[in-house]
Amino acid sequence: MTTKTIVVVAAVSLLAFGAVAGDITGKITLKGTPPPEKPIAPLKGDPNCGKLVAEAPMTTFYVVDASGGLADTVVLLKGVEGKSTGASAPAQVIDQKGCLYVPNIVAVQTGQKIIVKNSDPVLHNVHATPTVAGNEEKNLAQMPGGADLELSFAKPEDFLRFKCDVHPWMFSWVTVVDHPYFALSGKDGTFKIANVPPGKYTLVAKHRKAGEASQEIEVTDAGATANLTLELK
Amino acid sequence: MATALCTLGLIAVGGLVTSHGVGMSVPDWPTSYGYNMFALPVSMWLTGGVFHEHTHRLWATLVGVLVVALTRWVGGRPARRSLAIIGVGELAGGQLLLLLGPDWKGAGHFLSGIGGVVLLAAVVWVRNAPSQAPLPKLAWTAFWLVQVQGLLGGLRVVLDAQVFAGTRLGVWLGVLHGCLAQAFLVLTALIALLTSRGWTSGDWAACLKPVGGRLFNGLILTTGLIGLQLVLGATMRHQHAGLAIPDFPLAYGRVWPDLSAEAVARYNQQRIETLAANPITGVQVALQMAHRILAVAIVGSVVWCGVRVRAALPQGHALRRLAGLWVGLIAVQFGLGAWTIWSNKAADIASLHVVCGALSLVTGGLLCAISARLRQVAASQPEAAATPLTHGLRPNEAGLMAHR
Repeated sequence: MTTKTIVVVAAVSLLAFGAVAGDITGKITLKGTPPPEKPIAPLKGDPNCGKLVAEAPMTTFYVVDASGGLADTVVLLKGVEGKSTGASAPAQVIDQKGCLYVPNIVAVQTGQKIIVKNSDPVLHNVHATPTVAGNEEKNLAQMPGGADLELSFAKPEDFLRFKCDVHPWMFSWVTVVDHPYFALSGKDGTFKIANVPPGKYTLVAKHRKAGEASQEIEVTDAGATANLTLELK
Repeated sequence: MATALCTLGLIAVGGLVTSHGVGMSVPDWPTSYGYNMFALPVSMWLTGGVFHEHTHRLWATLVGVLVVALTRWVGGRPARRSLAIIGVGELAGGQLLLLLGPDWKGAGHFLSGIGGVVLLAAVVWVRNAPSQAPLPKLAWTAFWLVQVQGLLGGLRVVLDAQVFAGTRLGVWLGVLHGCLAQAFLVLTALIALLTSRGWTSGDWAACLKPVGGRLFNGLILTTGLIGLQLVLGATMRHQHAGLAIPDFPLAYGRVWPDLSAEAVARYNQQRIETLAANPITGVQVALQMAHRILAVAIVGSVVWCGVRVRAALPQGHALRRLAGLWVGLIAVQFGLGAWTIWSNKAADIASLHVVCGALSLVTGGLLCAISARLRQVAASQPEAAATPLTHGLRPNEAGLMAHR
């Protein structure tokens, strides 16, 4: 094999396997004072679920740290479509524990498997209520110790609602993305979208309550940094 | 009377189902988690929202049976033939559904069960004569209405996920189910009134002409306003969006809230709901404002009717007492509406608000019915009507009082 051939093969391989890619890192910050969270009183008042918790858990609409870092924000690239690797991506697990969905904010790819567990000693019904055509609604009972449920969604959708009608305070919100370039901000508001091919993109941050913010970015081999601020009006 | 009271109880339980947001806690119908409705294990029945939803279904069955018995009783012997035909038809329909396959097993058993009850009512040998018109017709209306209502309740579950005009079919059917329940309650209360001793034995001729045209129109208009208010209320409740406006008497701190898209986005950012997590829309905010304005109009209208009735009739007159009860109910209802908001739509308070609204509608309906009857009698006996009404109870009024 000649040197020329080796160089060509190496270049093609790099392009093909995406080795030439960077990470997008940054932080989501909330500007403004969020309303105070509330105790989920109906949970504690339920004869069965009340036994599973010492006191009523609080709602978690705005998880903000001391520096303003906002958790549970879906950060994704806009305009990158039809590149889902969901079929081969590891399954996302949502558990029902203490009569709550854990986690209650999730992001997956189209076609990616979602496994719903029931770790509680009580009956739940897993009711996924999509609003985008092509995503199928499911309402499935899950007994205590029952088999895991498997779901997936074909179309992109923001904050697709999972609810339990038996325990109407239980919600989980699943954002379905048509590509692998997304992340969920952590407790300090930081995020990392890995292996993004170089290029110019629009980066969008979506929070279920605080709304959206976007920023134009350019990703190079060295990656990119983007900090976005969501504002309470 | 038993049917009317049971219907009121059913509305209360239905109110709890919607207030708790657990209408889909039993995701199948007419089966319950695959079980025959009457064979659901108690442990499952006592789980979370299943308790409210399944109790609602069982209670509805009781009301259905009572209405069939009422139809048979009020319709007398002539009703037997029709009931037998309907019963056999439903029984046969149920058996046909069973032949379609296992997916239709629940529906087949359900329809067969209804047919069996109707058939049983037909074969019971009671040689009673039919009640006076229009009672048989009213009972048959209730007979069909209760079946339509049951079907609507079931379809609200089965077709919940379908979308019509951009809205989930479950919402539309839920609103219709809630409104029809109120109309059905008025109908059963009317039947109770018409079968009561006071109504059947009262000396109507002596009742003269107690209700003038203006007051009569006022009673009808006010009852109509209450009906409209209940439609607005049912529409708000079945959106499952919690409180569209969280404060009262102001609305987002203002006399009239800002309904711009930016303002609604701000409202949604500030909402921390534990149960109804759907975001609110400007239409929903406007709907609640309409509900508030109509509430004020109804209070004014009912008070006006109460004052007019009080001025026109002597103390102790049945209509006067009923009108007094109406004023009291509306005052309580207004307070419950405010309490619903101040309690952040606590399920018990919101359901009580529904029940009190139903009672207000029924009272208005009965006032209209009694007034219409009095006017009818007075018109047919002009001499008696010309006699001035001075004081004290007359025999017919004593009869109406006994009924009440």
